[in-house]
Amino acid sequence: MDLRFNDEERAFRQEVREFIAANLPNETRERMAAGRTPTKPMVVQWQRALNARGWAVPHWPVEHGGTGWSAIKRFILNEEMQQWPAPMPLAFNCAMVGPVVCAFGTEAQKKHFLPRMKNLDDWWCQGFSEPGAGSDLASLKCASRREGDHFVVNGQKTWTTLAQHADWIFVLVRSNPQAAKPQEGISFLLVDMATPGITVRPIITIDGAHEVNEVFFDDVKVPLDNLVGTENKGWDCAKFLLSNERTGQARVGASKERIRRLKRIATEAPGGATPMLQNPRFRDKLTEVEAQLKALEMTTLRVLANENKRLGEGKPDPASSVLKIRGTEIQQAISELFVEAAGPYGLVGADPEQDGWNEPELAPEWATLAQPVYFNWRKQSIYGGSNEIQRNIMAKAFLGL
Amino acid sequence: MDFDFSEEQRMLADSLGKLITDRYGFESRKAYVKQPEGWSRDIWAAYAEMGILGLPFAEADGGFGGGAVETMIVAEALGGALGLEPWFATVVLGGGFLRHGADATMREALVPQVAEGSLLLAFAHTEPQARFDLHHVETSATRQGDAWVLQGRKGVVLHGDVAGKLFVTARTAGGSRDESGIGVFLVDAGAAGLTRRGYATSDGLRAAEITFNGVLAEAVLGDPADGLKLARRVVDDAIAALAAEAVGAMDASLKLTLEYLRTRKQFGRAIGSFQSLQHRAADMMVALEQARSMAMYAAMMTDEPDARERARAMHAVKLQMGRFSKFVGQQAIQLHGGIGMTMEYAVGHYFKRLTVIDTQFGDAEHHLAALSEAGGLFVG
Repeated sequence: MDLRFNDEERAFRQEVREFIAANLPNETRERMAAGRTPTKPMVVQWQRALNARGWAVPHWPVEHGGTGWSAIKRFILNEEMQQWPAPMPLAFNCAMVGPVVCAFGTEAQKKHFLPRMKNLDDWWCQGFSEPGAGSDLASLKCASRREGDHFVVNGQKTWTTLAQHADWIFVLVRSNPQAAKPQEGISFLLVDMATPGITVRPIITIDGAHEVNEVFFDDVKVPLDNLVGTENKGWDCAKFLLSNERTGQARVGASKERIRRLKRIATEAPGGATPMLQNPRFRDKLTEVEAQLKALEMTTLRVLANENKRLGEGKPDPASSVLKIRGTEIQQAISELFVEAAGPYGLVGADPEQDGWNEPELAPEWATLAQPVYFNWRKQSIYGGSNEIQRNIMAKAFLGL
Repeated sequence: MDFDFSEEQRMLADSLGKLITDRYGFESRKAYVKQPEGWSRDIWAAYAEMGILGLPFAEADGGFGGGAVETMIVAEALGGALGLEPWFATVVLGGGFLRHGADATMREALVPQVAEGSLLLAFAHTEPQARFDLHHVETSATRQGDAWVLQGRKGVVLHGDVAGKLFVTARTAGGSRDESGIGVFLVDAGAAGLTRRGYATSDGLRAAEITFNGVLAEAVLGDPADGLKLARRVVDDAIAALAAEAVGAMDASLKLTLEYLRTRKQFGRAIGSFQSLQHRAADMMVALEQARSMAMYAAMMTDEPDARERARAMHAVKLQMGRFSKFVGQQAIQLHGGIGMTMEYAVGHYFKRLTVIDTQFGDAEHHLAALSEAGGLFVG
C-alpha cells in the first residue's frame, strides 16, 4: 500500500496543467472562477481541444478512443480540470450515452455516433425522468410502437438538462406495455431533436436559471436503426448508465476549487469586527467541510483504485454510493458557506441567464451568485438517484437488509 | 498510488485475525478484564511470539521493520477485538519515543525487552490543568549535577499502572504554556519518589495517576529544552493508530448491528426491513467507509517529513474520527434498542471504547479548533 502519487502520476498532473494553460481561453476560466456555468460555445471549444489531444473520453474502450489509463490518472485529469476551473467533457455524451453505445450499440451506431459524441459535434441530452417516473424510473410511460421501418414515440420527458442546446436525445420508452415486469418492456432509443413532433419547453428553476426542460413527443418517428441494444431490454442499458454515473458525482476537484476560492473571498469579506475568515464560527464550519472533503477524496481514490479488480468480479464497490451521498452533501454545504460569507449583499441575486450587468456592479459578483448557486445546488441530492435512493441501494446491495 | 496490502501484510492480518477469533471472543474478554491487571498476560505473550510487539522497530534494533501500514493493520484488528492489553501504550506510544527519540544505546537496551514482552511502557503527559494541550506542562525537571529531577503530577497515563518505564514530559524552562522548554525524560517506574494509583477507565482499560516527588530521571531524550517536537511526532503516530483502532471498533459495531437488524423480529418481520432503520444503517456505512479512508490517510501521513503538514493531516483525521465514531457508536446502540444498553452485550463496549478514543490526544472539537488555527487543509 502506497497512497502517495508516484512520479509518473505527478508528471502527468504537470502535463495536464500545461495543456490546460495552453488551451483553455481566459474568458472560460474567469467566468467559471466567478461561479458561473460555462456557455455552450465554451463547453464545445474545450471539449474539442481535449478531443484533439485524445483526452475527451479516457474511460471509453481503447478501440473507441479511450486512453487505457488507470483510474488514478483519469482522476488526476478530472481533478485538474475542476480545480482550474475548466469545463468537464459533456457528461451526457461522454459519461452517459457514449459508454452505452460502446457497450450495446451496433457497429453502424458506433461508427456514426461515437466520433461525433467525443468531438461534441452533437450535443446530447437525457430523456429518462417523466412527471410520473422519478425515483421509480421503471414506471415510465413515454410510449413507442413499431410502425413499418420506424418507432413512433408519444409522451413526455422532464428535467431534461440543457435540452435547449441539444441535437440528440437518448430516451427510455415503454415499448411493450404487456411485459410481466415494468423493467422488461423498456427500450433505449436515440432520437434526433430536429425530428418533427418534438417540443422543448423550459422549466425555470428557483435560482432563475433555464437549465432543465420538459420535452414532449407527439408522433415522433424514429428509425428502427436508432434502437440501442435489444428491443425491450433497454433497462439493462439504463442500469449500466446509472452505475457509471456515481464516481463522477463526488466532484472532489470542484469542491477543492470552491473552498480555496471561498477562503480567498473570506479573507476580505466583512464578518463583523473581523473579516469572515477570522470569524470563529464561520471558520470552524469551513474547516469541518475541508476535513470532510479529505475523507471523500481518499474514499474516491479507494473506489477508483479498486475499479479494475471490481470489474473483474462484476460487483459494484460498496463505497460508490458513499461518493454520491457525501459528494453532494459537501457541495451543498460549501454553497451554504458562500451564502453565509456574502451576508446582506447575498440578496442582490444575480440573474444566471445574464452575463453580468451593464451598469456598475451593486455587489461583488461572487456575492450576487452565492444565493442562486445555493438554490440551484439543492438539486444535487435529488438527481442521479436521490440520496435516499442511494441509501436504499446500499441497504439492499451491501448491507443485506 | 496503490491501496493493496502486500503478501506479508495480508499474512499479518490473517494470523492476528485468527489469534483473535480463537482466543479473544467477547466472552474471553470478559474473563481477561477480571484478571488482576485488567488484561491477559497470556495474550501478551502470544503477541510477543507473533512478533506484534517488536513489529514497528528497525531490525537493527531487534524489531521486525514494520511501518505505518503494519501498525494500522494491528490497530484495526485490536479495535475489532476491544483489546485490553497495553499494546497502544507500550508499542505505539513508548515505542514511538524509542523509534523517534532514543539514542542507539537506549534502543539497544529497551527494544528487545519490548519485543519479547517483558517491558511495558507508558507516556505520562496529561496534567490536570492542561486538557488536550501537549505543551501545557507544569511538571518540572531540574538539573542536579548530571541528573534531572522531576517534580509534579501526571494524570490519565494509559497503562501507567503496569508500565516498567515511563516517558514523561517535564518543563526545564519557561512558562507553563510555552512551547519551548519542555524535555522528554525516561523514568523507571520503580524510582524513589514515584507513586502511582491505577484505575479502570470508562472503557474497561487501565490508567494511572502518577506523582513525581523528587524523582531521578534515567535519561533525557534529545534536547531537554526542545522535546515538544518529539512528543508531537509520537502523538501523530498515536493518532494514526487510534484512527485504525476506531475503524476496527466501528466495523465490528456495524456488523453486530446488521446481524441484529436481520434477526430481530417485531411486528411480525425483521426490523431490518423497515426503511427508517435501513437508512440509519446505510449512514453508518457511509461513516465507516470514510473513517477507513481517513485511517489510511493517517497511516500515509505519519511519514510526512514536514511537521506542520503532518499536524494538519492528523487534526483532520482526529476530527473526522471523532465525528464518525460518535455517530456509529450512538446509532449502533439505538438500532439495538434495549439490549444495546446492557453490560452483558458487546455493542455497548464498542460504543464506550469509541467514546474514549475520541477523548484521547484531543477530541474532535480540539482538533477542529487546531486545524482552523492552522489555516485548514486546502491552502494556497
